[in-house]
Amino acid sequence: MSTESRLKKVLDQGGFAVTAECGPPKGANAEAVLKKAELLHGKVDAVNVTDNQTAIVRMSSLAACALLKHAGLDPVLQMVVRDRNRIALQSDILGASALGIHNVLCLSGDHQRFGNQPGCVGVFDLDSIQFLQVVKGMRDEGLILGGEPLDKAPDVFIGAAANPFADPLGFRVTRLAKKIKAGADFIQTQCIYNLDRFETWLSMAVDRGLTEKAYILGGVTPLKSAGMARYMKERVSGMDIPDEIITRMEGVPKEKQREEGIRICVETITRLKELQGVRGVHIMAIEWEAAVGAIAEGAGLLPRPEIDKG
Amino acid sequence: MITAEQKPMDEIRGMLAPYKRVLALGCGSCVAECAAGGEKETAMLASALRMAARIHDEEVLIHEKTVDRQCVKEFILPLDDMIGEYDAVLSLGCGAGVQAVSEMYQEIPIIPALNTEFLGETKDQGYWVENCLGCGDCMLYYFGGICPLARCSKQILNGPCGGSVDGRCEVNPDIPCAWQLIIDRLTRFGALHRLEEIYPPKNWARKQGSGPRKIIREDQQT
Repeated sequence: MSTESRLKKVLDQGGFAVTAECGPPKGANAEAVLKKAELLHGKVDAVNVTDNQTAIVRMSSLAACALLKHAGLDPVLQMVVRDRNRIALQSDILGASALGIHNVLCLSGDHQRFGNQPGCVGVFDLDSIQFLQVVKGMRDEGLILGGEPLDKAPDVFIGAAANPFADPLGFRVTRLAKKIKAGADFIQTQCIYNLDRFETWLSMAVDRGLTEKAYILGGVTPLKSAGMARYMKERVSGMDIPDEIITRMEGVPKEKQREEGIRICVETITRLKELQGVRGVHIMAIEWEAAVGAIAEGAGLLPRPEIDKG
Repeated sequence: MITAEQKPMDEIRGMLAPYKRVLALGCGSCVAECAAGGEKETAMLASALRMAARIHDEEVLIHEKTVDRQCVKEFILPLDDMIGEYDAVLSLGCGAGVQAVSEMYQEIPIIPALNTEFLGETKDQGYWVENCLGCGDCMLYYFGGICPLARCSKQILNGPCGGSVDGRCEVNPDIPCAWQLIIDRLTRFGALHRLEEIYPPKNWARKQGSGPRKIIREDQQT
């Protein structure tokens, strides 16, 4: 079993990284995870496993990551600060590293109001930036929060999310800088449909030297239909879908819309590959893992590079 | 001040069902200010309960009284002479008031008529908002006088999160994004640089680290 992150190796070797997303099932079915793993095998460098996304109870991210690891994939453990206090978060980082899970993505998490447990306590003991700092301290100094030493430091490649489309734009880059300063080695962005706005944000990040300090992976999500595009534009906060994308989706017959969604994704990636400071792509094909291979193929990202196992 | 709202009538009637002689006890402080448990609201609730009892053919005696502060012993003491007449007290005080009265009168059930809500500001007539958690370690200076713990839905000390759009919170567009407010205000003061630094994890021990909190001031004790 590799003891280091494949994602980190690809990026450190100068490759254009490809990650995808795997949402764990609403149940205890390991097969459901392994089926998704099969679809992604060989198509990507690492697979993010979401942590009770949209605040809906699902199989734990840590458990699903362990299943993916056994299936030969490099999992990225997504961890939200919504459900766990600092004791539980630190404990799970240690557990993840012990299980051979060597990537973590530190997130705030969707607010519990949106999920199926609206009566729960939103923990938010740490925020995502503080969490990054804690993980970095554990890894680099072998200390937990408060300064007590660990007998073995966790070996984790630390990631954070960034949303170039939320407000206020100027402060978005400041926040990115804070995440990198706190400990983020890599950044995965919110889904990019508005490339102009993304490029504005990116150039601000380049100007501050941030793209030299962390690897930026641009997020993309293939649209399944014009309806999904409209829904995301209207209902998903911080999602920026220009009207021309919606018009384009509406312009093709329903049965062809999925193909069009993939085509848009491939075009976006093609443009992202040209941008200074973008070091990879994060393909979030929501409950549509089968699309990932087609997108990676279309964007000329296959085969994935061999990694020196040393 | 402490804000509160009256519980639904059915819930109140359910809790009072076993009792025949009830004292509706208002409080003239915070809950009067937010029109939930003052003299006027106590009279209205007592009258509504009497009417409901009549409709349901129940024989219940309901008296009413309002003290200035249910959370201060001296203001509760005058009840000594009358409390024996009742088999229950319906308190329109906040949670602190209900418990202060309970502690004074161990033999009588003190029933809450209100749901105590939050430390609030009166925004407008009939409009209160929460803007303080009572965390025990005020950080308002750093954030331009806007508390991210009370006013950001995710209590982020290093915000804003990715759900801030047009100054609104992703949880509900009626909620102003606390972080947009903080950024705007610090920009006005030329102090936006304060947000470049990473604010460390909050020490929640000041709020809940040692069980219920208390303040002991010897200089105030005689």
